[in-house]
Amino acid sequence: MFGKLSWAAVPLDQPIPMIASGVVALGIFGVMALVVLKGWLPYLWREWITSVDHKRIGVMYTLLAMVMLLRGFSDAILMRSQQALAFQSPGYLPPEHYDQIFSAHGTLMIFFVAMPFVIGLMNFVVPLQLGARDVAFPTLNSVSFWLTATGALLVNISLVVGEFARTGWLPYPPLSEIAYSPGVGVDYYLWALQISGVGTLLSGVNLVTTVLKIHAPGMTYMRMPMFCWTTLASNLLIVAAFPILTATLAMLLLDRYLGFHFFTNEAGGNVMMFMNLIWAWGHPEVYILILPAFGIFSEIIPTFSGKPLFGYRSMVAATMVICILAFMVWLHHFFTMGAGADVNGIFAVTTMIIAVPTGVKVFNWLFTMFGGRIVYSVPMLWSLGFIVTFVIGGMTGVLLAVPPADFVLHNSLFLVAHFHNVIIGGVLFGSFAGYTYWFPKAFGFRLHDRLGRAAFWFWIVGFYLAFMPLYVLGLMGMTRRMQHYDVPEWHPWLIAAAAGAALILCGIMLQVAQLVVSIRHRESLRDETGDPWNGRSLEWATSSPPPAFNFAILPNVEGEDAYWGIKQHARDQAHSNEEPEYEDIEMPANTPTGVICAFFATFMGFALIWHIWWLVIVGGIGAYATFVVFAWRNETEYKIDADEVAKIDRAHRRAIRAHSDAALASS
Amino acid sequence: MGVSTRCRRWAWRALVGASPILLTACGGVLDPKGPIGTAERTILIDSLAIMLAIVVPTLLATMGVAWWFRTSNTRARYLPTWAYSGQLELIVWAIPLLTIMLLGGVAWVASHELDPAQKLASDKPALEIQAVSLDWKWLFIYPDQHIASVNQLVVPAGAPVHFALTSGSVMNAFFVPQLGSMIYTMNGMTTQLNLQADAPGHFAGMSSHYSGDGFSDMHFEMRAVPAAEFQSWVDATRRTGPVLDAAGYADLAKQSTNVKPSLYRDIDPALFHKIVSQELPPGPGPRAEQ
Repeated sequence: MFGKLSWAAVPLDQPIPMIASGVVALGIFGVMALVVLKGWLPYLWREWITSVDHKRIGVMYTLLAMVMLLRGFSDAILMRSQQALAFQSPGYLPPEHYDQIFSAHGTLMIFFVAMPFVIGLMNFVVPLQLGARDVAFPTLNSVSFWLTATGALLVNISLVVGEFARTGWLPYPPLSEIAYSPGVGVDYYLWALQISGVGTLLSGVNLVTTVLKIHAPGMTYMRMPMFCWTTLASNLLIVAAFPILTATLAMLLLDRYLGFHFFTNEAGGNVMMFMNLIWAWGHPEVYILILPAFGIFSEIIPTFSGKPLFGYRSMVAATMVICILAFMVWLHHFFTMGAGADVNGIFAVTTMIIAVPTGVKVFNWLFTMFGGRIVYSVPMLWSLGFIVTFVIGGMTGVLLAVPPADFVLHNSLFLVAHFHNVIIGGVLFGSFAGYTYWFPKAFGFRLHDRLGRAAFWFWIVGFYLAFMPLYVLGLMGMTRRMQHYDVPEWHPWLIAAAAGAALILCGIMLQVAQLVVSIRHRESLRDETGDPWNGRSLEWATSSPPPAFNFAILPNVEGEDAYWGIKQHARDQAHSNEEPEYEDIEMPANTPTGVICAFFATFMGFALIWHIWWLVIVGGIGAYATFVVFAWRNETEYKIDADEVAKIDRAHRRAIRAHSDAALASS
Repeated sequence: MGVSTRCRRWAWRALVGASPILLTACGGVLDPKGPIGTAERTILIDSLAIMLAIVVPTLLATMGVAWWFRTSNTRARYLPTWAYSGQLELIVWAIPLLTIMLLGGVAWVASHELDPAQKLASDKPALEIQAVSLDWKWLFIYPDQHIASVNQLVVPAGAPVHFALTSGSVMNAFFVPQLGSMIYTMNGMTTQLNLQADAPGHFAGMSSHYSGDGFSDMHFEMRAVPAAEFQSWVDATRRTGPVLDAAGYADLAKQSTNVKPSLYRDIDPALFHKIVSQELPPGPGPRAEQ
């Protein structure tokens, strides 16, 4: 009846996962109880859970990322404290537990923190920047989000029911094959990623179509903000690379479930094929994450320098060059497999070539600041922290691309330091910068400034304290994923790294405090005009938060930095635009398709992991039937009357006028 | 080239300046004890120096520009529309491109010179060693001496060693940081590695690719000894200890953790071949324990 599932799957004898999951469960039930008792459930269902509005979905993606960041970071604290304690001692985490923690940490941070964070920001911002009313396929967008949430849920269920993979964040066979990993851990990993991978692929299709096809009048490709370009490049990579991941994991699933031999030791299986395939996805994945971050910085630096982005065309070219080169370097992940000097040499050179467009970007940000009037806002602080940190991380990355250097540094803590240097310093700093920058657009009030600054400084000092020692340890010959060790020289550096993690913890707590304080003081932090930073692109042309239809009248774009142009124009004519003719607007209707689909997919995934075949069939049919019902529905859109549009838009215009009058009076 | 040598000299000075790090780095890849490790350290430091020559000015310029053009600085010129300069664009593309051409050349040449499969030039014959990673220990077979050892590797100092490597179960990587180059071990396949220890000494060796629960204890001690001492060690080994045959190997292939070093006085001469060809099946994994 329940396949492999029994009460033995719940690790009642292990206090750490039990306490951790107890706290999480208590938190979830607390929130749910609050929602039900306060009567918020209908509102949440109507306005958020079934929403197909790109802004709401973007916010939910970001929220998912931030919650998972807390989970992934608690894994990091466990790892750092274990390694600080485990000098000539077993520490407090036995290998079978420690191995799950580092595997879960990597999986969560890449797939359920970094990915939803950047996808959330792209979802929220890009249609606004393009002057569009929504993404190309709003319902698909909702399906994408809820399938991603399913994946995150499955990974977290593994904390309580069964176990997670003990193979590292990329399950290299043959260790991940049934012979060496007979438990359900690898299956949790595989099904969580297969289901969320579908969501990511659909999201990629959606955003590529949106950037290519849905524009305000006059918004030609070469007038799009940089963030739209990097979104395009990143999502092209998703569309091209995620099918490789899905196929690779499917082959490993066939090995594990049906006795195939793609990657086994026996019967002609080939582990090297897995490594080729997983990195043919894995390296583009790095650029899927970093390109949107480059875009975010390319929005923030011009805004806070009070100047256009330097070398826009160069930046577009650099972005697209990176997009193509991303697929030509994957072999540098296994220089130490013995492929031979020519193969290694060629991939070393292609890897280094990526540093050229990346270097161009850094110089262009530098020249954007040159001649500017730089406002040291929190998003700008993250951007400057990013440039310095990312350049260092990029340098150690190019160092690792030199095969003989890689021969002594591969898999070492030097490598661990390098990729945290670029992923934290690049993707995460970018996400935090974007979160602070666009938060007022999403909610109508700014985030608390001083707490944001304090969080930034704790993060950046903590980051350097946590990861610079790892570079040293790598040079000292310490390899990654050690549960314990007995080399006395390593110990002080690992204690320093743990102290760095503690500082980052302070940074995260300050960010939580910042959110709470900002919500409580939202009236004093209110963004009245919709343009709190004197922005340059179209998202600042509408109110904060924007109405469901984004723009009452689609703006007419006449050049780069579209909103800057509109503002200049209005100033030259000494009055804001005449009131336009309002028309009815049709918007896509909300639908529970996404959440119901994901509900069935969750059961299907769980049942596949535990071999509960009847439930697999129920879940599969349920998810499919949901789609069919959606396809046959009649009402797909609802109409917003011109009067309603006018009412909303006039309020926004009044706010802007009041603000500019106040500014005139004070000057 | 003048720039390059000057860069190298600066890099050395920087390293000396960072001597507290260097001192504690003893035993690591910055303290090599053989020709491969030494050459790799040189490549590492040269590449770093080439990049620092552009990275340091870039970082200083970034911080300088960001500070000078702060809003409160009334002396800074405001250029609100300045967003393009063809000459600057040229320089912006040229600087990283030239750096990468230089560095790419270094990488290409070094990749060929330090190919792990390449035999080391020496007037002495290379010692053959067949290394097998098992769950979770290392088996070293000396085919010419007809002996084998577990988690212990003794080689003559000053002579090249040629390793043929495979895995008896999952993937691992063979790595002795002070001698240089690591290489993966994979079941059903053989990888090649050539190393040399210049002088007698003890070096820590390990698996540098995560392989499961017993991974953290999968290290071994490598001892480089004078040639005469090596010969007497071989002779002593051949007098005592068990014989490694198929049954003994099957026992060794079972999962075990924190295995003490041990020696075998005789071996099946075709043992390595049988492991690679899977005539001896790969390790049974966790199920064998039950």
